[in-house]
Amino acid sequence: METTTINNNFKSEEYFINMGPQHPATHGVLRLILTIDGEIIKKVEPDLGYIHRSIEKMCERDSYQQIVHLTDRMDYLSSHINNEAVCLTVENALELEVPDRVKVIRTIIGELTRIASHCLWWGVMGMDVGALTTYFYGFRDREMINDIFEETCGARLTMNYNVPGGLMFDIHPNFVKRTKDFITHFKTKIPEYDRLLTGNVIFQKRMKGVGILTREDAISFGASGPVGRGSGYSCDVRKHHPYSALDKVTFNEAIKTGGDSLARYEVRIQELWESLSIIEQLIDNIPGGEHRVTTKAVIKLPKGEFYQKVETARGEFGVYIISTGTKSPYRLKFRSPGFSNLSLLNHIAVGGKIGDLVATMATLDLVIPDIDR
Amino acid sequence: MNISLSITKSIHDWLYNIMPEGAASIVEMVLIGLVYLAIFAIAGLFLVLLERRVAAWFQLRIGPNRVGFQGLLQTMADALKLLSKELTGTVKADKFLYNLAPYFVIISSLMALAVIPFTKEFHAFDINIGIFFLIAVSSIGVIGILLGGWASNNKFALIGAMRSGVQTISYELSIGLSLLTMILITGSLQLSEIVEVQKSGWLIVQGHVPAIIAFMIYMIAGTAETNRAPFDMVEAESELGAGFHTEYSGMKFAYFFLAEFINMFLIAAIATTIFFGGWLSPFGITESIPWLGVLWFLGKTLTLVFLMMWFRWTFPRLRVDQLLTLEWKYLLPINLVNIVIMAIIVWLNLTIQI
Amino acid sequence: MIMSYFSEIYNGIKTLLTGMSVTGKYFLTSRKGAITQQYPDNRATLKMFDRFRGEVIMPHDENNEHACTGCQKCEIACPNGTIEIIWDRGIDEVTGKKKKKIDKFVYHLSLCTMCGLCIDVCPTDAIKWGQNFENSVYDRTQLTRVLNKPESKVRAGIED
Repeated sequence: METTTINNNFKSEEYFINMGPQHPATHGVLRLILTIDGEIIKKVEPDLGYIHRSIEKMCERDSYQQIVHLTDRMDYLSSHINNEAVCLTVENALELEVPDRVKVIRTIIGELTRIASHCLWWGVMGMDVGALTTYFYGFRDREMINDIFEETCGARLTMNYNVPGGLMFDIHPNFVKRTKDFITHFKTKIPEYDRLLTGNVIFQKRMKGVGILTREDAISFGASGPVGRGSGYSCDVRKHHPYSALDKVTFNEAIKTGGDSLARYEVRIQELWESLSIIEQLIDNIPGGEHRVTTKAVIKLPKGEFYQKVETARGEFGVYIISTGTKSPYRLKFRSPGFSNLSLLNHIAVGGKIGDLVATMATLDLVIPDIDR
Repeated sequence: MNISLSITKSIHDWLYNIMPEGAASIVEMVLIGLVYLAIFAIAGLFLVLLERRVAAWFQLRIGPNRVGFQGLLQTMADALKLLSKELTGTVKADKFLYNLAPYFVIISSLMALAVIPFTKEFHAFDINIGIFFLIAVSSIGVIGILLGGWASNNKFALIGAMRSGVQTISYELSIGLSLLTMILITGSLQLSEIVEVQKSGWLIVQGHVPAIIAFMIYMIAGTAETNRAPFDMVEAESELGAGFHTEYSGMKFAYFFLAEFINMFLIAAIATTIFFGGWLSPFGITESIPWLGVLWFLGKTLTLVFLMMWFRWTFPRLRVDQLLTLEWKYLLPINLVNIVIMAIIVWLNLTIQI
Repeated sequence: MIMSYFSEIYNGIKTLLTGMSVTGKYFLTSRKGAITQQYPDNRATLKMFDRFRGEVIMPHDENNEHACTGCQKCEIACPNGTIEIIWDRGIDEVTGKKKKKIDKFVYHLSLCTMCGLCIDVCPTDAIKWGQNFENSVYDRTQLTRVLNKPESKVRAGIED
């Protein structure tokens, strides 16, 4: 079907390329059907479905405790924040008040997740524009966070540390020390990131004025996270609808008004600093107390509809549950940031070169399992 | 101590003693050809290994260290693997051109290798238009890339090949002009004579400011000529997968791969010869012990090769239109002005002679 | 105009050299700075964290006794059907009453997503995380394991 629609508008100078599902720049199994004239992009059509696992349907058969671990497999780089979103929705529906300790730990780990995600993004961003060394520097710092996670949660990527009602187990005794070590280490590394890549004249030329997204378009496409904030659209859920312990900390929402790839890049670099400052404010005052409120073994949500949104490393992630009062949801919908962010790719990449498309796509920071679910 | 000299001379005499003159010279040519093929293979494999180790050190890794002592045999094992691999190809490819392409690339870099003066005696082909020959031969390689990209019937390969054509046409100009700047000092195209001239100081010292500018332009254009990052538009793995050699496998791929490294060596070797005095060492050591010149030459060359690797593992890649902007708006005008400045300096005898 | 042309070149070269100084510094200190592990070589010293989720194990004590009462809470908690408990009723030696006991605790490692819900719900701490992560086998049936050892029985005094 798609190919015929393309053929109808096909000019003789144009040709099309399948970028993906196996392509180094699409970071997964995303397939982009590009219509190209020479080097210039005429049309980008994302084709999804290569990693569809029907997670939302699976949620309809699972209990609320079991749903949590499925969200790990969506946006695997913000797995903790996804878990938190589901747990918050369930806790809100049950009107369950979790202890302060849980809230603080959730926030700290959430911000660490964000830093880890941005570290990986930074490395891959450099790799997409051709600087291969950045990948390893980004991963070096991410490994430290992964070690913190592994020691506390037992896993490096799909942590499943949250349960409705709190945390699966208490933080490891080394957690605070390791996190502080990481903060001191990483504060010396962000300036290095800037020296290596941000300031580089080639990088600046590749990024500046490329893939421009205006504020109006960002809002109408439903862009969120660094993509929206790079266009001057204040959309940080942490600021506007604080959850967990985020109302106790002060931080600045990273906003740039450029709207181009460079603005999106700078927003993420600034978010690294903001996340560090949030962790610094909380790490010394983790309140004592229980790490978990005991819930019933079979959680049954009251009848009704429940929604909770959180800010993942990619933007606004929402969980929408319709419950009929049984042990699993009647319908569960995830609002994933990557999907809306991908939808604007055609809008901002048309007219650029192939190299621009790759760089722009890197600044959108797409995680394909998040889009496809 | 004239080891290399005496060996080659005695072989030469021996050949001419046992067979007629014509046959002897043919045998001698074949022998020299084989020697250069061996140098080519060893240098290529060594450079691949060096690149991998250097990249590893830049990237906080260890690099290949399993095969042989400290991984020294790693590339040898890789070459064996590539030799034993199946040669695949696309069904609708132009088979003749597809198979021909790797040889263009590899033969052109082999031919260029012949005129490089490793040392005074170790110089296979001391032609009086040496630099001209180098520039001419090294641009044949791009035909191989164009053919390979075109004939493999793959759109990614085709884009890569077209980019390569654009890139080489532009940057050949800069290479030629920056070398021409230096020839204004030497007054000769013959490589042995260029080295002789530098007995009174490296050309980069003799020509001071314009020579340094010419060297920088040469290094930029040379990196672009070899299709290495930050100018690896032709391969650009995050954009085109593998670029022009997407459809090549086994030894045919290895030819492209080796040729890239030999070209890198060639670019560095030419820079050494023209800017840094070739095999000349301070205090005339290499004049009294000629075979030491090879080491001296290789030392300088590998330093420049390292510089190119440093570029590769640090910089992001340019976009294809920025590549052309850099050439036509920056390098070319600067180069033309630079030639005029150099001409004035040579005319007014302002060169620094040690 | 002409000044901005040259200042652009100057600034460009300066930023390039700054970038090179970063990588160059790492090149010089690379001897001690390698962040990668020489994995199969460092097996002896490689120790995973205590909480690392490698596989589910069932610890047995020296009398070949485990703590699993066969309550099947883990089987219900598992989202993937990883755990299958084959159980039977036997006579308790102490009280003489009929009691549930496990015949086989079947664990399909190939289905496990390491979510930890089974270990979380286990009332008697009969199953735990093992730190073994080298799970590659030649035959997939080897990934289906029976966690309770042959002839093992439940430890006395364990009730759910």
